[in-house]
Amino acid sequence: MLAALVSRLGQMVLVMFGISVVAFLIFFATPGADPSARIAGRNASQETLAQVRHDFGLDRPLPVQYALMMERLFISRDLTSFVNRGQKVVPTVLEAIPVTLSLVLGAAVLWVLGGLTVGVVAGATRGTWLDRTLMILSLIGVSIPVFWLGEVANLVTQSRWHDTWLFSWVPPLGYIAFTEDPWGWFKALIIPWFTLATLYIGLYGRVLRASMIETMQEDFIRTARAKGIGERRVLLSHGLRTSLVAFVTMFGLDFGALVGGGALLTEVVFGLQGVGKLTYGALQTLDLPMILATVIYASFFVVMANFIVDVAFVFIDPRVRDAH
Amino acid sequence: MDNLSAGQALVRSHRGAEGPWRTAWRKLRADRAAIMAFGVLVLITAASLAAPLYARYVAETDPFATNLNGEVVIHGETRQVLEPSTEGLGLGFTPLGPTWDFGPYMLGADNQGRDVAARLLYGGRNSLLIAGAAALICLGLATLLGVVSGFFGGLVDTLLSRILDVLWAFPIFLLAISLSIVLITQSITIGPIEIRSGSLWLPIFIIGIVYVPYVARPIRGHVLSLMQAEFVTAAIGIGASPWRILLYDILPNVITRVIVFVPLILALNMMTESSLSFLSIGVQPPDASWGTIIQDGQGLLYSRPIVALAPGLAIVISVLALNILGDGVRDALDPKSSIRVA
Amino acid sequence: MPTDAPLLVVENLCVSFRTEGGVVPAVSGVSFSIERREIVGVVGESGSGKSQTLLAILGLISSPNAVVTGSVRFLGQELLGLKRRALDAIRGRQIAMIFQDPMTALTPVHTIGDQIVEQIRAHESVSRSAARKRSVELLDAVGLPSPESAVDRYPHQLSGGMRQRAVIAMALSCNPALLIADEPTTALDVTVQAQILELIGRLRDTFGSAVILVTHDLGVVAEVADRVLVMYAGRVVEEGGKGQLFREPLHPYAWGLFGSIPPMHGPRPARLTAIPGSPPKLSQMPQGCAFGPRCTFRHEACAAQPSLGGAGGHRSACFLPRDSRQDLRRTLTGRIPA
Repeated sequence: MLAALVSRLGQMVLVMFGISVVAFLIFFATPGADPSARIAGRNASQETLAQVRHDFGLDRPLPVQYALMMERLFISRDLTSFVNRGQKVVPTVLEAIPVTLSLVLGAAVLWVLGGLTVGVVAGATRGTWLDRTLMILSLIGVSIPVFWLGEVANLVTQSRWHDTWLFSWVPPLGYIAFTEDPWGWFKALIIPWFTLATLYIGLYGRVLRASMIETMQEDFIRTARAKGIGERRVLLSHGLRTSLVAFVTMFGLDFGALVGGGALLTEVVFGLQGVGKLTYGALQTLDLPMILATVIYASFFVVMANFIVDVAFVFIDPRVRDAH
Repeated sequence: MDNLSAGQALVRSHRGAEGPWRTAWRKLRADRAAIMAFGVLVLITAASLAAPLYARYVAETDPFATNLNGEVVIHGETRQVLEPSTEGLGLGFTPLGPTWDFGPYMLGADNQGRDVAARLLYGGRNSLLIAGAAALICLGLATLLGVVSGFFGGLVDTLLSRILDVLWAFPIFLLAISLSIVLITQSITIGPIEIRSGSLWLPIFIIGIVYVPYVARPIRGHVLSLMQAEFVTAAIGIGASPWRILLYDILPNVITRVIVFVPLILALNMMTESSLSFLSIGVQPPDASWGTIIQDGQGLLYSRPIVALAPGLAIVISVLALNILGDGVRDALDPKSSIRVA
Repeated sequence: MPTDAPLLVVENLCVSFRTEGGVVPAVSGVSFSIERREIVGVVGESGSGKSQTLLAILGLISSPNAVVTGSVRFLGQELLGLKRRALDAIRGRQIAMIFQDPMTALTPVHTIGDQIVEQIRAHESVSRSAARKRSVELLDAVGLPSPESAVDRYPHQLSGGMRQRAVIAMALSCNPALLIADEPTTALDVTVQAQILELIGRLRDTFGSAVILVTHDLGVVAEVADRVLVMYAGRVVEEGGKGQLFREPLHPYAWGLFGSIPPMHGPRPARLTAIPGSPPKLSQMPQGCAFGPRCTFRHEACAAQPSLGGAGGHRSACFLPRDSRQDLRRTLTGRIPA
């Protein structure tokens, strides 16, 4: 098993390398445009352009450029923005991480609980009005663009109904650090959490329901029922436990993708200064070094999440354990 | 939604000769939700196509020209399109609200004084066009890659699979953002083709390729499993040529899979397009899409929420219809699904 | 309660499924009874309603489109329509079931031991460790090698035969009065089949259980059963002691069934009987005797539904005169019955 772990780690490093190369190529080797002009930002002076060319080794071959870039991202970590002069990119990204993590973690708790509830209840009451209602709601949930849902939430809680007892507690948009004011942190994030979780509750509810229905047709469910252990136990210990495999894979990937930038739209709408908002700001000002850093950081997070899923699998599914 | 019992499955299998396409078509027609969803999509498409007619004969404005000082007669009253703000300090302007009459400014104006309803229809054209064209690119490329990779195997497969793996691991949304930021702001020249910045082809191309691994991997897996299937072994056994096997045994089976993906990819594309446009790296002004209109409405959210609400609702309805249709198509075409999903 | 009352009485059991094409009967008016410590074989082709009958006894037909009517009494208690909680007190405790495919009958994410312990603890208040100890003993009793380590194995780590032993161990864990085995050997290798059958045959002696053994393998029935039910198209068409049935089958369907196996002893038959045609579709059941369309001896009377009748515990559902049946059978096989 240790060997399997090591080989998986090796694969992870390879994929990370692949991703950094792809990201690098997108930014530095896209045909038809001068990368220095892009890096320097809008309307940069000739001197800036020359400095960029020198700094990033743009007059040297691509592999050297790649190595230089990685060196500045990971070893010296002195990559600086040209739009916001002198702003060190890597520390800025690191500072934004707690915000993103707060947002995604809270939403993840909501969507795991919500997805499990919806999936199990709908799967167990298949064909009834409760099942149908839950499935229609889930389908609506997965069809709403998150940024629009956020705007609607803002419209209701910040403007239209803000002065009623219902939403008067909602603080103005923005992030409050947990270390400063835990209760404020909670209040500032509760609406973003629900907004971000909506899509995933619907998605996970649907997937889990389908998986539960498939599992509940299996022979071993009949065996379990024949044991006389009660339907609740059949449903949870046998049905849900077996269906959980698909659930965990999805969770790992989605969590990784969200921390790695998928939560961008939510952060933008709610004014949370996370990694996604950082990327957004960089998009508006064409701050390429910042975008490159956030993209690579984010991709690495996704790959790491994949790796953790693989490892977690070994614990959830005994069949995978032996396949190695 | 019918629950297939063992007995029922038995009866089905005894019913005898009915081609898979006919079975699928019969099931789809019996699915009332899917038919309704399809109807809604047709309506939305038709309305979007009629955008120029609406702009000329109903809205009577050019929805792409700013109209800061325009005036319009509503209920016999002449009003400015951008009225001086009465809220707060009284600074700035508030655009005209919805009139709810089938005529000019039915849904009010945006902060440039443009007719929101007309822009909504034009935006729908772009949103639908991008989603559709990108879906064609995505499914075409993914089918090609998946089939080539799965059918020919060997080095080709290894190489393609590795590339797809890396792209798969790349967060789709970030990939789209990276490509957009690099491509959309500047015109690019690839050989004889020059694509100017702001061209709709850029978001189409970007959205078209980011979901390729998402579709190509399952198709490759499907082809691999088909290659192991007994009817392919039998075909090889009777000496059928590889091309014959590809055309007669593999492709027809792959096509049903691809069709199942169509509504889902359309829905995904529409969501992605609106997100990119909302971040101002999708459709570029003066063109509009539902995503850009939501962004236009962001500043007016508390005073004229309709500007952001209307295109958002249009997205929700379209994507919901696509998802319902997608469920219907999957249930109809995937023989396993009648057991899997009610 | 009188001790000579049958363990299980099934009366007029009907199972049908609502489908797009109308109601389809799978089991029609099946009646039989099982005595204590009796091993009864149920034979018939696939689709003859054997499995549905057994599943209906334990209320295990889960399709929402199934309609089950009739009566199933276990030790005098009606099981059909019983509340789930009351049913669960009987399932696994009084009546246990072994399923056809051991590869899919065990939950893949729990160890063998956990699954047996779960059943024991559902019915008896014993500690986890005591239940586990009993699981090891049970696994040992059904002949699973090194039961101490097998108890912590996952199903996929065991071979088919070992899994079936584990399933049997689980079924026996609460000393059930009745064991229902639905084709327990079909999915196994021939050598393993023999071992499993021997095990099931021994259950009566070791655990005092009655057994209903469903199979389409007549060899299996000949091996272990005391009594045999022959099912065709959702009905019992013949019922009798094993000896009676094998020596002198009464129903033309059974003639075909038994004629299709070559005898081990005596002169070779001129030809083995094959039954022409195929079983009727459940959705298009013929009027009258369901076997009629395939029966060489079909006559006017067969347009009605024959009922199960006969003396000496050997009953059949056929309109042919009883005296002439063996002669008719001879014309079919060209062989003198032993």
